[in-house]
Amino acid sequence: MTWPLLSLVTFVPLAGAAIIFLIVRGPAEETATNARWMALWASLLTFVLSLFVWFNFDSSTPDFQFEEHMDWFPHLGIAYHVGVDGISMLFVLLCTLLTPLCILASWKIADRVKEYMIAFLILETMMIGMFCALDFVLFYVFFEGVLIPMFIIIGVWGSGSRRVYAAFKFFLFTLLGSVLMLLALLAIYLEVGTTDIPTLLIYHFPAGMQTWLWLAMFASFAVKVPMWPVHTWLPDAHVEAPTAGSVILAGVLLKMGGYGFLRFSIPMLPEATAEFTPLIYTLSVVAIIYTSLVAMAQEDMKKLIAYSSVAHMGFVTIGMFTLTTQGVQGSIYQMLSHGIVSGALFLCVGVVYDRLHTREIARFGGLVNNMPRYALVFMIFMLASVGLPGTSGFVGEFLSLLGAFLANTWVAALAAIGVILGAVYMLSLYRRVIFGKLVKEDLKLLKDLSAREIAVFAPLIAMVLWMGIYPGSFIEVMEVSVDHLIQNYQVALEQAGHATTIASR
Amino acid sequence: MTAFPDLIPALPEIFLACAAMALLLIGVFRGDGATGLVCWLAVAALAATAVLLVAVVPEGRVETFEGQFVLDDFAIFMKLLAVLGTAVALVMSLGFIEREQMARFEYPVLFLFATLGMLMMISANDLISLYLGLELQSLSLYVIAAFRRDALRSSEAGLKYFVLGAVSSGMLLYGASMIYGFSGTTSFDGLADVAFTGAPPIGLVVGLVFVCAALAFKISAVPFHMWTPDVYEGAPTPVTAFFAAAPKVAAMALFVRVLVEPLGDLVAQWQQIIIVTSVLSMALGAFAAIAQRNIKRLMAYSSIGHVGFALVGLAAGSEDGVRGVLVYMAIYVAMSLGTFATILCMRVNGRMVESLDDLAGLSRTNPMLAFGMAIFMFSMAGIPPLAGFFAKLYVFMAAIQAQLYTLAVLGVVSSVVAAFYYLRIVKLMYFDEPTEAFDRPIERSMSTILVATGLFTALFFAYPGPLLDAASAAASAVFPEAAAPATQ
Repeated sequence: MTWPLLSLVTFVPLAGAAIIFLIVRGPAEETATNARWMALWASLLTFVLSLFVWFNFDSSTPDFQFEEHMDWFPHLGIAYHVGVDGISMLFVLLCTLLTPLCILASWKIADRVKEYMIAFLILETMMIGMFCALDFVLFYVFFEGVLIPMFIIIGVWGSGSRRVYAAFKFFLFTLLGSVLMLLALLAIYLEVGTTDIPTLLIYHFPAGMQTWLWLAMFASFAVKVPMWPVHTWLPDAHVEAPTAGSVILAGVLLKMGGYGFLRFSIPMLPEATAEFTPLIYTLSVVAIIYTSLVAMAQEDMKKLIAYSSVAHMGFVTIGMFTLTTQGVQGSIYQMLSHGIVSGALFLCVGVVYDRLHTREIARFGGLVNNMPRYALVFMIFMLASVGLPGTSGFVGEFLSLLGAFLANTWVAALAAIGVILGAVYMLSLYRRVIFGKLVKEDLKLLKDLSAREIAVFAPLIAMVLWMGIYPGSFIEVMEVSVDHLIQNYQVALEQAGHATTIASR
Repeated sequence: MTAFPDLIPALPEIFLACAAMALLLIGVFRGDGATGLVCWLAVAALAATAVLLVAVVPEGRVETFEGQFVLDDFAIFMKLLAVLGTAVALVMSLGFIEREQMARFEYPVLFLFATLGMLMMISANDLISLYLGLELQSLSLYVIAAFRRDALRSSEAGLKYFVLGAVSSGMLLYGASMIYGFSGTTSFDGLADVAFTGAPPIGLVVGLVFVCAALAFKISAVPFHMWTPDVYEGAPTPVTAFFAAAPKVAAMALFVRVLVEPLGDLVAQWQQIIIVTSVLSMALGAFAAIAQRNIKRLMAYSSIGHVGFALVGLAAGSEDGVRGVLVYMAIYVAMSLGTFATILCMRVNGRMVESLDDLAGLSRTNPMLAFGMAIFMFSMAGIPPLAGFFAKLYVFMAAIQAQLYTLAVLGVVSSVVAAFYYLRIVKLMYFDEPTEAFDRPIERSMSTILVATGLFTALFFAYPGPLLDAASAAASAVFPEAAAPATQ
């Protein structure tokens, strides 16, 4: 493999953005059309390129593949080093799948189309780069670089009156967490002398240092996930962001936190991870139950889905920190599934929002009568979100809970309550929007899904069903990497335990 | 008894001095009508000085004038930065002084004399030559600040700057005399060799405190920052751009050299001062800027904050720390010149506007200008992948290495607070509805500066090597002992 495939996947969107920025101009209408098509082609090309990664991926090894290495800051030994393993590869695909759909879903955006498309393509580069990065500094650059386009997207194309507040809150919350991770990064660099992730993964950090490093990283990843109680930026950001912005937020940005835990906190700081697992369990259980209850009380469709995201991410963190095969696989699966399902749910809200410019649940009702296709699509994703067997949501939730049972019965039992609550609020949302009599006059005029909207939803439905019916094709990709992760974790803990018993003798 | 001093290391300074005087003569004979010509000649003289600086590279460290003057990689790095900052500020002034009836030939000449003073400061290797350079610089700057002599605010700025500057010069002299009194020498080399057993003599420490206070005034670090907002606001805008760039670089260079070379043995004493100054500057820069409505005042507080960040590197007291300071200053100069170039484009119907609200909706009325400004703002907030992030990365790395964890945590937290007001400018430009559009077209020289600084800020990450190499070489020049064992 001589092609720098990962770099291509990462930077093709950026190149597309540069082309739009430099070349696309002329009359407003023409510019908008060209920018749309250019962005769509760039993101589709990226998707096709990422399929090469998928097909050429060797899932029998936990090593990093498609590696590229180039000096960047030679004095410090910081390099441009990218590569994927069974965990990150799937997230790269998630990004490349969702972005073209987002661009397609934003076809109707009329205001400053050129800038909008540029922002989305830059955002895609940042997201993919983050999942591919094998150097901590590189990771950090992409991780925080995401903030700039997202801030602009929420603030400029956001819909609500509080969009400025939401954009600031999103930016500053995340930044505050990130800068603490930056200090951890620097401390790691000075301890080990490199920021190369494969090297860091086998380095053993002193126990005293692990605690602090873990907390600093936790500050960053917990905000991103988001975990209770630092989740409050999420409902605001979701409600105010444009539809496609919400899709990317829920679909990919939230996964950055989970990915960060998997890539850094757990393998690099195993002792601190073991020490803090109860904290994660507690926060996750609170998140699941509390935010599910909050979701029930919501009057705004987007806000309801936003709170449900927090609850679903609670399952992710529980599963991950059980450090059992099922739990970790389940959490990764849940992240992928949630990326697609919650993204699709936001698109479903977007469909009616585009038509009626409101997201208030009480304004709807009886849509099944004149929008049967919409009702079907919405139902599939709603059931996937609830975790119906046969959809992607079931596999992730089931495996996470299975892992939780193996690790701690109480946690599993409490988390299972969340599944029930999830069914309550999702079903009631569906009932209030879709079923009932079609009495409101303006609703009667709504048209069913257009061809473009069907083109957006079709791949997502296919993915949800594929992931639900035949999870093997995804599990087998991550299996070896996950086993490797857990094995290393246990070996590190045994060694540490051994060391402490010697010391206490 | 004394041989004729070696002039080669001081060639750039000698050339600049001659050029400034020649331009003064041209100005006197040709009158104010020749201001444009004198300006361009001054820029050419600065460019020639820069070429001389690069061309006359000595092998390692060279001292001349009986040890009063020193030229090393550190000095060359900082001098280039100062010369570049001055030249860009001068180019930015061209259109402005024509429009605002300030086109008098003394303007560029004063810039040159100020630059000469800066170069002398950077190369100072003795408390006497330090003072000479500092005063030459300061006196020129006082006049430039008050250059728009008919405007109340400009005169006020000049006067305020002068009075407070004179106080700080007094403090510097007082501290220097204390140091001389307790060590018996004014030479930096001699001071570095002063040996004491146990605690340093109290007089030396008192002298150190005074010198630190005076230099903190020059770089506008808290608690000696009070002049900054008023002077920044009152001085004509290109002059403010100049103040924010070149003199800061020179004063920072002096600060680093004085503390690291002659007073290196007192590191335990000055480190505490620098840490406190740094924390206070970062915090004040972050919090006080939030309330500002005038963009020049806001930039004044922003510059106070940036000085605080640069001081984080100095507080580490290590070679890596000094490298951090150098990288920080270089990137800061680029960002700040770019920002001021944008501010200079803020004209409505031929009149300069300075309120933040005037930026509202800039992304609609002038997308490219807004885009450039957004890059500078995100960069100043320290968001990767822009240059400002790497500047912060280097200083905080040094701080963590020196185990100054509290300083580092306070630093990054204040950078988050500061991010708020940088974001607010982006918000004004991108989220708000436009008010009045700024005048177009933008002068060609201004757009060139904007594009150059913008590209540097945005694309620094792609090819950081050259700047970092230069900064590393420069930093190792002030740590000769540390560099020696490293090469073995």
